[in-house]
Amino acid sequence: MAKKVLVIAESRESELRNVSFEAIAAGKEIAAGGEVIAAIAGENVSALTDALVHYGADRVIKAENEKLSTYTSDGYGQVFLQIINSIKPDAILLPHTSMGKDIAPKLASKLDAGLISDATAIELDGEDIVFTRPIYSGKAFEKKKVKAGVTIATIRPNNISALEKDESRSGEVFSEDVEIKDLRTIVKEVVRKSTSGVDLSEAKVIIAGGRGVKSEDGFEPLQELADVLGAAVGASRGACDADYCDYSLQIGQTGKVVTPDLYIACGISGAIQHLAGMSNSKVIVAINKDPEANIFNVADYGIVGDLFEVVPLLTQEFKKVLQTN
Amino acid sequence: MNIFVIMKRTFDTEEKIVIENGKISEEGVEFIINPYDEYAIEEAIQLRDDHGGEVTVVSIGSEEVEKELRTALAMGADKAVLINNEELEDSDQYTTTALLAAYFGDKEYDIILGGNVSNDNSTGQIGPRLAEKIGIPYVTTITKLDIDGSTATIERDVEGDVEIVEAQLPLLVTAQQGLNEPRYPSLPGIMKAKKKPLEEIDYDELDVEDDEIEAKTETIERYLPPKKEAGKVLDGEVDDQVQELVKLLRQEAKVI
Ligand SMILES: Cc1cc2nc3c(=O)[nH]c(=O)nc-3n(C[C@H](O)[C@H](O)[C@H](O)COP(=O)(O)OP(=O)(O)OC[C@H]3O[C@@H](n4cnc5c(N)ncnc54)[C@H](O)[C@@H]3O)c2cc1C
Repeated sequence: MAKKVLVIAESRESELRNVSFEAIAAGKEIAAGGEVIAAIAGENVSALTDALVHYGADRVIKAENEKLSTYTSDGYGQVFLQIINSIKPDAILLPHTSMGKDIAPKLASKLDAGLISDATAIELDGEDIVFTRPIYSGKAFEKKKVKAGVTIATIRPNNISALEKDESRSGEVFSEDVEIKDLRTIVKEVVRKSTSGVDLSEAKVIIAGGRGVKSEDGFEPLQELADVLGAAVGASRGACDADYCDYSLQIGQTGKVVTPDLYIACGISGAIQHLAGMSNSKVIVAINKDPEANIFNVADYGIVGDLFEVVPLLTQEFKKVLQTN
Repeated sequence: MNIFVIMKRTFDTEEKIVIENGKISEEGVEFIINPYDEYAIEEAIQLRDDHGGEVTVVSIGSEEVEKELRTALAMGADKAVLINNEELEDSDQYTTTALLAAYFGDKEYDIILGGNVSNDNSTGQIGPRLAEKIGIPYVTTITKLDIDGSTATIERDVEGDVEIVEAQLPLLVTAQQGLNEPRYPSLPGIMKAKKKPLEEIDYDELDVEDDEIEAKTETIERYLPPKKEAGKVLDGEVDDQVQELVKLLRQEAKVI
């Protein structure tokens, strides 16, 4: 049966995050011919609504208010609850990002609903919407559904493909009047620390460094390779603990869980806690001078060698072949 | 200050996962305090040392959780509470939240701390769900916490950026890595912990109806990811290996 699906989109620094489009594609599948409505909140989001339609939303609801300039669970919670109560969707999808992780449980609690977090795939089984999600940091998977009532799920970036952008698509854009009151948490300041523009959880390619990079400067050749490939730089906990880089780069069981198309591990031994965060990447390359390193057991391709020799050569070679194209 | 920590017992991060009869096998598995909850316990102890008051660690689970609760007491918490749910067949984040909300129903609290996510189910739902249910504000993935009177000034990790947030107590916060360095229990700490109060409550003693704790979600299947085939370790001169790798990534794997 056709369903009505609400997709809560997210922008970052005035740009829609790609996972918003992936969530719309997921919404389309769940809607099964029904309607997909995208909602976006912020101080000024009018410029973003067209793209939501081009990527498949049938209708867009925007909520603009100066109190929505930065995300707060109270502010955005009021807006999205108001929208949910007026359109009464069968399913609600959010991105599994900082925002989605923070607000989805609040909405679920308010609606007395089941929430499936961090879904990587969706299938329909009759009337049931079945989600696949990693458990034990990707060491296993489970399939799960909501038994009754509205289904809420957060969608992990990079796993469900967005639809092709189609600029000929049209859809109505509605403005939701919102009055934001009683913000119990106030964001005083946001300190931007992310170095490159590429976000780890959404990156298609990740160059990760471990204790083998030996110093903060040792990350430079990795960053150069990342720049050539439009990749993000990540790290093992070993590198973070040794202060070679910020903890925000950590990948693994107690860091980020990533699933890029290509993961290049440089000077990382491949401890089980690190593998938990990256072993579901599509293609893994290991560069390590120890042929016995465990990372080679999960790598599709390996080079046994000194990363300070191999990585710069790799950068040169990619530069060469990508230029001639 | 009345300080509470919600804590979960989870698999040691070294453990491999075995599935038996559709369930995750616990046979021979080492358990630990969920690593993120350890940060929460440490922060709670530091808050108490700075502001006075009492730290109570609350966990839901089987009798075996007593071991991890004793560890929390040995670290320095004052009291522990185990809400025993062994008899409860079917449970999800909705259930857990309802039980915790019922427990906190008649308590006075200034702050509740928890981990931002558990390393087994990794939903990260319990903190925000609970705060919403008991009507207090929450701040997730915090890396710094300062309390002055009834005002909390917090740094939170937002995908690498740092947000500085202000909120009033009572408040719920969830810990991110980097919040502190959890201490190891000391020998005197372990001795003292044996005499500290550990209260056990059966879940059905809480003021909550059966239909209020019925799980909203259902697990249909659990499985292990397909085993990876051994990869290709390249050989030859390093220049050739690099050229070969780039070719393979473009032509065989087609990821670049
Ligand atoms: C509760 C808990 C949670 C954890 N969570 C995480 C997590 O989320 N993420 C994580 O990564 N770890 C985590 N760990 C830590 C994990 O167990 C490992 O200690 C860590 O991953 C090791 O980091 P590493 O591979 O960089 O360092 P090492 O194990 O020291 O490996 C360094 C590697 O670099 C290689 N090397 C050295 N020099 C060179 C060179 N010039 N060229 C090429 N190779 C070189 C060496 O051969 C070696 O294999 C956790 C541990 C615990 C207990």
